[in-house]
Amino acid sequence: MTRKLNMRIWRGNATDGGLENVVVEANEGEVVLDVIHRVQATQMGDLAVRWNCKAGKCGSCSMEINGRPRLACMTQISSFKDEETITVTPLRAFPVIKDLVTDVSFNYRKAMEIPAYAHPANLAPGEARMEQVDVERSQEFRKCIECFLCQDTCHVIRDHEENKKSFAGPRFFIRIAELDMHPLDTLRNRKQTAQEEHGLGMCNITKCCTEVCPEHIHITDNAIIPMKERVVDVKYDPLRWLGSKIRKREGIV
Amino acid sequence: MSGVFSATRAKISEKTLRTDRWWLQPAFIVLVLSSFIVYATFRAFENDNYFSESNALISPFYSPCLSKECVPGASLVGTPIGILHIFGATVSPSLFILLFPLGFRLTCYYYRKGYYRSFWMSPPACAVAEPHKTYTGETRAPLILQNAHRYFFYAGLVLNVFLSIDAVLAFRGPNDVTGKMEWGHLSVGTLVLLANATFLWLYSASCHTCRHTIGGRLRNFSKHPVRYKAWTYVSILNHKHQNFAWISLFGVAFADFYVRLVSSGSITNFFFF
Repeated sequence: MTRKLNMRIWRGNATDGGLENVVVEANEGEVVLDVIHRVQATQMGDLAVRWNCKAGKCGSCSMEINGRPRLACMTQISSFKDEETITVTPLRAFPVIKDLVTDVSFNYRKAMEIPAYAHPANLAPGEARMEQVDVERSQEFRKCIECFLCQDTCHVIRDHEENKKSFAGPRFFIRIAELDMHPLDTLRNRKQTAQEEHGLGMCNITKCCTEVCPEHIHITDNAIIPMKERVVDVKYDPLRWLGSKIRKREGIV
Repeated sequence: MSGVFSATRAKISEKTLRTDRWWLQPAFIVLVLSSFIVYATFRAFENDNYFSESNALISPFYSPCLSKECVPGASLVGTPIGILHIFGATVSPSLFILLFPLGFRLTCYYYRKGYYRSFWMSPPACAVAEPHKTYTGETRAPLILQNAHRYFFYAGLVLNVFLSIDAVLAFRGPNDVTGKMEWGHLSVGTLVLLANATFLWLYSASCHTCRHTIGGRLRNFSKHPVRYKAWTYVSILNHKHQNFAWISLFGVAFADFYVRLVSSGSITNFFFF
């Protein structure tokens, strides 16, 4: 069944822009990205939108739909009421390039700041063995499609541009957690650097990153809070600190 | 101009374009937590109607009763704390212990989410611009003290033991003939204290610190199979931590309210047997 859809789409660039009204047809089963493509094909030929897989796996079509960070390809038109106007804007935490396309290079810079996995020196490539139970925990974090919706909704940088230099954001906290929980990773200062260099202490656990994650990764419960507890182990817990000195090791392995 | 109104971001004048009732949840949390704070403060300072000897009931706000100010029979492990006066007023025995559950809930990861959003509006809801000009999170005093959560967790476990003992002691009741207290009775108060202790244990067991302590801090689960198994069970509870946080909060308030009604003579504690 086809229906007429009222939409407001943000058009503009870094210097100026605004919401433009449009009425477009929407067919049963379509998602917001389908409708945006129809607008692009019929009414706004120069509308800029980033997209790729249309299957919720590439993380390209991140935008804000009715004020909520979402993937346009995973947002069903049927989830909106008939009389509802759908407002589509670019991600509001990042600099806009054109229309619905933003500059997310901040995230790639942050990715480069995180030291890679450090393989044990005494294990040659191919010799490493891991039990399934040790792999499972970090496998959840590997589901990340880097849509950066968690980064977009995180108020630490969304509402405070100045924090971008000192705060890596939830996407990279799950990366740090994944590596810190890795049984074979030999880099031992990830907890300290998470707090001192990547801004873990800035997070106040309001769980918006978890709420918007299209892969349903428990970012806060399984990565950020465990990392905060690990940081407490090495930085803020005098008893744990004393124990580590007596036993001459960083922590229980 | 900062945040969503920064120069390079899309020029949108609204703080949020959300169309749902995003303000409902923070408003509800403010209402409920404020009500609890008012009630708990009143009860902590009331210093009365917290113990009923004939019903073997003691309020969770006053247990363990450690002050010499405690009414006779209310103290489980003696009264190591003397009677304290501040500005001529006697300090309620409740104040010596309430610091610990208060600290536990105040530093709890779930409640932090709740009150940061609803009271401090940082942010009020996801993708809704917060009103603050600067933000340092939990990196400075006083919020850096949130890292002491585990110590409040340990203290909370000790209090849970006391409240569990209180629930067991509530299986006593007066003998129909002699009026002497004896075991083998069950009253509504017993069930209330039992439920309260159960909810508090569930709240503690589902705590993120508990999850970390029991196994979360390990790098190699395969080398610690028992702790890994325990971690999986705590993880199941942890998914419900928010629910247990609320249920236990209502539970402790209701248990106190019930004991207050019974000890003040407003209602009679019904004994099943």
